[in-house]
Amino acid sequence: MAAPYDLNDDSVVVIIGSGAGGGTLGNELAQKGIDTVILEAGGRHEAEDFINDEWASFGQLAWLDKRTTSGDWRVATDFSGLPAWIVKAVGGSTTHWAGASLRFQEHEWKALTNYGEVAGANLLDWPISGEEMAPYYDKAEDKMGVTNTHGIPPLPGNNNYKVFEAGAKKLGYERVHTGNMAINSQDRDGRTHCQQSGFCFQGCKFSAKWSTLYTEIPKGEATGKLEVRPQAHVLQIQHDADGKVTGVLYADKDGNQHVQKARVVAVAGNSIESPRLLLNSSSSMFPDGLANSSGQVGKNYMRHMTASVYASFDKPVNFYRGTTMAGIIQDESIHNPDRGFVGGYEMETLALGLPFMAAFLNPGGWGREFAAAMDNYDHMAGMWIVGEDMPQETNAITLSEEKDQYGLPAPNVHFSDHANDVAMRNHAWTQGMAIYDAVGATQTYPTPPYPSTHNLGTNRMSADAKDGVVNKWGQSHDIANLFISDGSQFTTGAAENPTLTIVSLAIRQADYIAEQMGQKAI
Amino acid sequence: MMTNERAGGVNRRDFLAASGTTAIGAAMVVGSGTLLLPSQGWGMELKALKPETMATMIQMARDIYPHDRVPDKFYAKAMRAHDDAAADDAEKLAFFEDGIADLNGKSGDGGYLGLGWEADRVALLRDMEDSDFFQAMRGSLVVGLYNQKALWPLFGYEGASAHKGGYIERGFDDIEWV
Repeated sequence: MAAPYDLNDDSVVVIIGSGAGGGTLGNELAQKGIDTVILEAGGRHEAEDFINDEWASFGQLAWLDKRTTSGDWRVATDFSGLPAWIVKAVGGSTTHWAGASLRFQEHEWKALTNYGEVAGANLLDWPISGEEMAPYYDKAEDKMGVTNTHGIPPLPGNNNYKVFEAGAKKLGYERVHTGNMAINSQDRDGRTHCQQSGFCFQGCKFSAKWSTLYTEIPKGEATGKLEVRPQAHVLQIQHDADGKVTGVLYADKDGNQHVQKARVVAVAGNSIESPRLLLNSSSSMFPDGLANSSGQVGKNYMRHMTASVYASFDKPVNFYRGTTMAGIIQDESIHNPDRGFVGGYEMETLALGLPFMAAFLNPGGWGREFAAAMDNYDHMAGMWIVGEDMPQETNAITLSEEKDQYGLPAPNVHFSDHANDVAMRNHAWTQGMAIYDAVGATQTYPTPPYPSTHNLGTNRMSADAKDGVVNKWGQSHDIANLFISDGSQFTTGAAENPTLTIVSLAIRQADYIAEQMGQKAI
Repeated sequence: MMTNERAGGVNRRDFLAASGTTAIGAAMVVGSGTLLLPSQGWGMELKALKPETMATMIQMARDIYPHDRVPDKFYAKAMRAHDDAAADDAEKLAFFEDGIADLNGKSGDGGYLGLGWEADRVALLRDMEDSDFFQAMRGSLVVGLYNQKALWPLFGYEGASAHKGGYIERGFDDIEWV
């Protein structure tokens, strides 16, 4: 079963993080017979340990280490210490994610070519095409059991979807369905089907939603070639005089520090921690941080253009019942600059429990207007809007003056909307409210972005080493045995929820790492 | 929509007659170190804050998030954390006592509780909404009020569902009006 590896074993691939990127890569490598150690900062909570209670679950799963914020985004004011709502636990943010699994559209792989230069944006084409990714998307969808693909039936629509679908059809939208969801609509892969519990964000207690926690990780462990070491918080990546990485320094649950030697290191700590780790690993040889000859480590931070629309009706909806995000309108995801912006957005059903609705409906809001909205809680429908945001070099993860619990510089997350993001959000709010008005909403609430769940782009992929941090395989341009395996390698964000693409890239990267190791190139 | 919670317990007039207490505000009475909500059969012993201060904090809490069908005791429970904190921390005690004293000072002779209309009280709060005191009060309510499980049924929120098998057999798609 789970293989324990010696700290001095320098033949292993060390992966930092066990989420969509790291957990998938770990299993894929183990399946190929490659000795792999995943170091996960968080603890291991199995599905039965998850809590159907928003704040209690948040305390169990969320990454709450020190972070600071700046920029003109409202999150920096309303949630100054919480720029992102992501997870510190085995399984990473695949415990928390909603399950939406959409492929990029063809034009989104080549944003610079298709959108042209956008003032103030640092657009670039991906060095990969949609055609090249298609077979990996196929593998990822099959692995994750994505509904409406590979003959997997759709999920049923819940009450929130019924309202959403009816409004969408009245507006003439045509691409409206219950989504491509990595949530079992029927028993599959040893896991049961969705029980419509309504707690997707708190970790699925039924394991119906794909998470590396109870799919990739135990499958990898069963090969005897994968060890997952929880509560192992990596502080630094180390290198030798030749500039090759040699291992990582980490703190265990008691704060004791160890060095795990490695042949290859793959970083998959999400787009805030991954660049922070590279920056915190600076040395005399790499004074600006590892893999940073381009100066792009931490830059081009993207979080998707997001917003929500909630609406009250004169009849009950009980939108918190059932799959949180099984509903989508895709008509606005196209690139049509006539709308006043480049790129597009998806509209997806969303519900929050009462405690999180109070926190997120209108952060900082109070008084009778706010209370009246809350009074309508069980008569509400809701949607989330997710669209392509512009990469900007000034939006960045940098090292803060403040320190974390290990005395290392905490990450500062700086973000300001691009004018294109603002124009897209305003369009999306208008359309979202119109959808609900079309089915008799008595009030609509254009709700601002939450702390980021989609953190992207801070170690971006580029054909040319001067434009980005990693090549088309996620291998750093500067250091051959250092890889990035999470959403931080995204060149641009596209309109789609990123997890399917992260998983597809990890499957593809595993093939490349195995090939390179076989050729003794790394 | 919200459902009414049935008021229960003690008759307010009898209570006042029997206990030598003083009526304050619309529905609260104070005794020595206690604040009582007779119509709801509920009261709280205070560790540090003056009962009059707590009574004003409860009214302020209601004015920040005014849910007319949520009884005072839920606001009182949210505010109790401040009394607990003040019992251990003289700075926190002064922070809340001074904050309420300042609010009363701006409210005229009858103090904040003497202002009969919500609009008059809210106008005062709007003027101070950027203050640390107001933000501490509002911020604590977001979790302290709305995360009380006993409150959720008043808003129609059913809370945990996994132990009941989710909603797959319990109405996840039961609306017929669309």
